[in-house]
Amino acid sequence: MNPANYLYLAALLFTIGAAGVLIRRNAIVVFMCVELMLNACNLAFVTFSRMHGNLDGQVIAFFTMVVAAAEVVVGLAIIVSIFRSRHSASVDDANLMKL
Amino acid sequence: MSASAIAPSVHSLWTTAAPATEKFPTPHIEYAQLSPTLIVFGVAALGVLVEAFLPRKSRYTAQVGLAVVGLAAAFAAIVALAEKGYGTTKAHIAAMGAVAVDGPALFLQGTILLVALVAVFTFAERRLDPKAHGRHVDSFAAQGSAVPGGDQERAAVRAGFTTTEVFPLLMFAVGGMLIFPAANDLLTLFVALEVFSLPLYILCALARRNRLMSQESAVKYFLLGAFSSAFLLFGIALLYGYAGTVSYSGIASVIDGTAKTTPALASSTQNDALLLIGLAMVTVGLLFKVGAVPFHMWTPDVYQGAPTPVTGFMAAATKVAAFGALLRLLYVVLPGMRWDWRPVMWGVAIVTMVIGAVIAVTQTDVKRLLAYSSIAHAGFILAGVIAIDKSGVSSVLFYLAAYSFVTLGAFAVVTLVRDAGGEATHLSRWAGLGRRSPLVAAVFAVFLLAFAGIPLTSGFAGKFAVFKAAAQGGAMPLVIVGVISSAIAAFFYIRVIVLMFFSEPKADGPSVAVPSPLTSTAIAVGVAVTVVLGLAPQYFLDLADKAGVFVR
Repeated sequence: MNPANYLYLAALLFTIGAAGVLIRRNAIVVFMCVELMLNACNLAFVTFSRMHGNLDGQVIAFFTMVVAAAEVVVGLAIIVSIFRSRHSASVDDANLMKL
Repeated sequence: MSASAIAPSVHSLWTTAAPATEKFPTPHIEYAQLSPTLIVFGVAALGVLVEAFLPRKSRYTAQVGLAVVGLAAAFAAIVALAEKGYGTTKAHIAAMGAVAVDGPALFLQGTILLVALVAVFTFAERRLDPKAHGRHVDSFAAQGSAVPGGDQERAAVRAGFTTTEVFPLLMFAVGGMLIFPAANDLLTLFVALEVFSLPLYILCALARRNRLMSQESAVKYFLLGAFSSAFLLFGIALLYGYAGTVSYSGIASVIDGTAKTTPALASSTQNDALLLIGLAMVTVGLLFKVGAVPFHMWTPDVYQGAPTPVTGFMAAATKVAAFGALLRLLYVVLPGMRWDWRPVMWGVAIVTMVIGAVIAVTQTDVKRLLAYSSIAHAGFILAGVIAIDKSGVSSVLFYLAAYSFVTLGAFAVVTLVRDAGGEATHLSRWAGLGRRSPLVAAVFAVFLLAFAGIPLTSGFAGKFAVFKAAAQGGAMPLVIVGVISSAIAAFFYIRVIVLMFFSEPKADGPSVAVPSPLTSTAIAVGVAVTVVLGLAPQYFLDLADKAGVFVR
């Protein structure tokens, strides 16, 4: 099978994630969409790794996973703390500061 | 004769020896040349241990001491490396091609370390807030996890808790920032970006006063920061797909067409879309961190909501690190593509300068005003980046050094003007400040004049250098737009000065807190650097000029 198809899938996943970040209002869902974007990057890395026949892309995918895990730790901590003080995880409710 | 003795020769009739499987080479790390970063990370890890094992009472002293000593030692290591000539003649690439040790890297790392050292002083300030239950408190929440205004928070305040974790967090952020401008492959770039961003997200959420706003700024910064780093990562993936490598020099040679071609490379380099989209997405990720205009939306909210010492550190050091990385990317990896990226950068620089200056005019909050001013300054620096010659690099280096200390000092002054609810950041509250406390108002006026680029301040020397480089690089229209938006920006800086000195103080106006020597030192350093770089910039311009050559 042509590996380019995996690239189309990666681009599609990335676009779905980006659209989700822009459209969804719940901070957790927004965050999940960001994770989807990171995973789309991983798919692209692994596919390119296969196409170029070197291991760099696969190694980078591991780094991305670790970074994504660290991001989850920090992100969920922040989202949970704001949820506990406002009883809402909606990004629309976070509007104390405007122009 | 046994079968095993003839087997190899018979075997060789229908097989050939495969080349030995490629082994992972043992990495060769130049510890001495990486020592500044290693010291900072080591101190950060020690800080975590201090949090875990030392009793609460002694943590503050230990953490501040560790941070100051660590940053000073790292700066000494930078100076030692520069003395040995790593900034000029011995510049090379360390850690298996991951980190560059060259002039721009050392200059920016030195700047970041000095900025961080001064920032530690503002972080450690404990005299500004009124005592809580008989104990001095700093500007960070008693307990980050407690609900604002809840029982748990009250208990934490009563028990005198303080968040000394901010010092290790600061050190981790500094470590990431040290690597960011020195990163010599895209993977290191990405990891460094995350290493310095994640602690900053947490630091933003930890304000003692206005915790709801602080948490809100953290959520906004985090979601948008994660979004932008996903763009950066996808851009890296596409560039990797184009070039088959993530090392800067490797990508540059593929773009130039000097790389050894393989069949995979021959097919992937036919597809310019990979290169162009990858370049665009990586640049988006970096421009977000810089705070350039289409990607600036987070800046005012985060600067306003974050604890002011954190804002000062973030505004100064993040900008230095991110511009360093942007410079290296554009000057080392993508000079072959300059006909593609320069027009876009022109547009971004113009929009950034104009929008930053124009929107700042309408602001009524000091911290938001400084945030929009930092956006406008990002535009000025971009004008220097576009020059794409040696004077472009050195002028940007000088501008970053000058600008970071002004910013740090200005935010340190903001922490001093207070009323019952904490810092009084609304501009109307600053009316008549010059009558009540002339010294603080005068110091703030110096910083504002430096932002405006008035002669005899560092801001003027920086702007002059940047615009001169841009004009020499053939970007004259950019310089004209830059001067016009500087004039617009000067309007609102002067307006604040007029407000402070020529309007009647209000009866219930804010008071100016008397800081401990820590914040006083921070502000004094800010003023000193502003004046010295304004009066005698030549030495530092020469230094930046000597440091202005990237290793490839």
